[in-house]
Amino acid sequence: MNDLWNGIQQAIWLTLTLDADLVEISLRSLRVTLSALFVSCLIALPLAAILAVRRFKYRRLIISTLNALMGLPPVVVGLIVYILLSRSGPFGVLGLLFTTHAMVIAQVIIITPLITSIAHQSLRELWSEYHDLLISMNTSKWQRIKTLLWDGRRALMTASLAGFGRAIGEVGAIMIVGGNIDHATRVLTTAISLETSKGDFALALALGFVLITLALAVNFTTHWLGRTEREGRW
Amino acid sequence: MIRILLMLITVTFATYSNADMMRMAVTTSFNNSGLSEKLLPAIQADLGLEVQLLIVGTGQAIRLGEAGDVDAILVHSQKAEEAFVAAGYGTHRREIMYNDFVIIGPTDDPAKIRDAKSAAEALRAIVTSQSLFVSRGDDSGTHKKELSLWSSTGIKDEDLGPWYRAVGAGMGASLNTAAGMGAYILSDRASWLNFKNKTGLGIQFSGDPVLFNQYAYLSVNPQRHAHVKHDLAVKLETWLTSLRAAEIINTYTIDDQTLFTFNAE
Repeated sequence: MNDLWNGIQQAIWLTLTLDADLVEISLRSLRVTLSALFVSCLIALPLAAILAVRRFKYRRLIISTLNALMGLPPVVVGLIVYILLSRSGPFGVLGLLFTTHAMVIAQVIIITPLITSIAHQSLRELWSEYHDLLISMNTSKWQRIKTLLWDGRRALMTASLAGFGRAIGEVGAIMIVGGNIDHATRVLTTAISLETSKGDFALALALGFVLITLALAVNFTTHWLGRTEREGRW
Repeated sequence: MIRILLMLITVTFATYSNADMMRMAVTTSFNNSGLSEKLLPAIQADLGLEVQLLIVGTGQAIRLGEAGDVDAILVHSQKAEEAFVAAGYGTHRREIMYNDFVIIGPTDDPAKIRDAKSAAEALRAIVTSQSLFVSRGDDSGTHKKELSLWSSTGIKDEDLGPWYRAVGAGMGASLNTAAGMGAYILSDRASWLNFKNKTGLGIQFSGDPVLFNQYAYLSVNPQRHAHVKHDLAVKLETWLTSLRAAEIINTYTIDDQTLFTFNAE
């Protein structure tokens, strides 16, 4: 219990004094995860819409595979990305290992199936409502996808936030491909794991509270920007 | 929203140029000791060289060196280091400094190892009393040392009963586990002194010459991996074996205890 109080106190102290290291790793955490989220959404949202609108041969197979991949173990993704990016691996020449780029790549792989699956689920329901209308208006496939993505934007936001949540709290993959290098690839989760291993539970907890606050802040900002849950809107 | 995102992307993918940067894989025990926080700024100041540390076990450090993912390694397992050089992955092995291993255990010392005459006797006492023992179990230098101590004591794998817990984690994480279980554990002195969660644990045995712990520096062979920054690795080696490094290493203390002794030739 004592550690918990120390952690809270230290978290408040670190935040109030804007500790330089803390600001640096928090910003890096945000940068890596938001970049991964952005790339992921570019892939996942159109893919989800296509899966909802179009009917093709392996559609079911793709959907169930994506559902299964939601539970992809991060440490396995980390290991695979590590082997691919290692100097002895196929993409070694790019020199991406132990950089923030490698961390972004790993996180994209982890969260894309999750975002696609959640987004697809909500778009499918929307599509069953819109189907007759859009068909009767003789819209093109592209127009249908655009309509679905726009009208389903609130549900898509939830899907993206789920992806964000999984990525910001992830440690297994980015530890392996990023290497937790001080001032280069250290982020909040890997710093927490390092401080825990040093036995400095108070500092580790403090960083943990900062991480939780950060996640809350991002969620609140998104809801505020998206103007959800306002009076008169359902 | 989109503008903010785009800005973040640009910031992320903007390549910042590092004039002189090299990567070195070091053991968890070296980093947990806190010495790296003294050495790195001095290296930056003297050589203008940014050394990025990858903190892993000796086993993984050697793998990273073999794959050419780091430019140099600083580890403590002589046999593995010699095999690394013999296989042509490293140019040569340079001894830098040493400290010693200690056996940490519960303060009431259930196995009564405090008065043991040798490390072997202490380990035998732990086996006889069936006291809990936490093993690193991660192929690190400390783990290899522990295994060699068991085998030199004449204790075989089948003698290791349920009291022997291999946790497969770094030095600090293993110490946390030992603190939680009230178990014995082999640790290097530096990591122990710098460890903050010492609840109920203390040094129960130390001083046997077999517990000597030598750290060595190996730069990755540029003939095997053309991309490694060999010139920087050589520069760093020269610095690590210099009088300036000797002074920092020898004067690094925690609670008035010297942690490392410089012995580069």
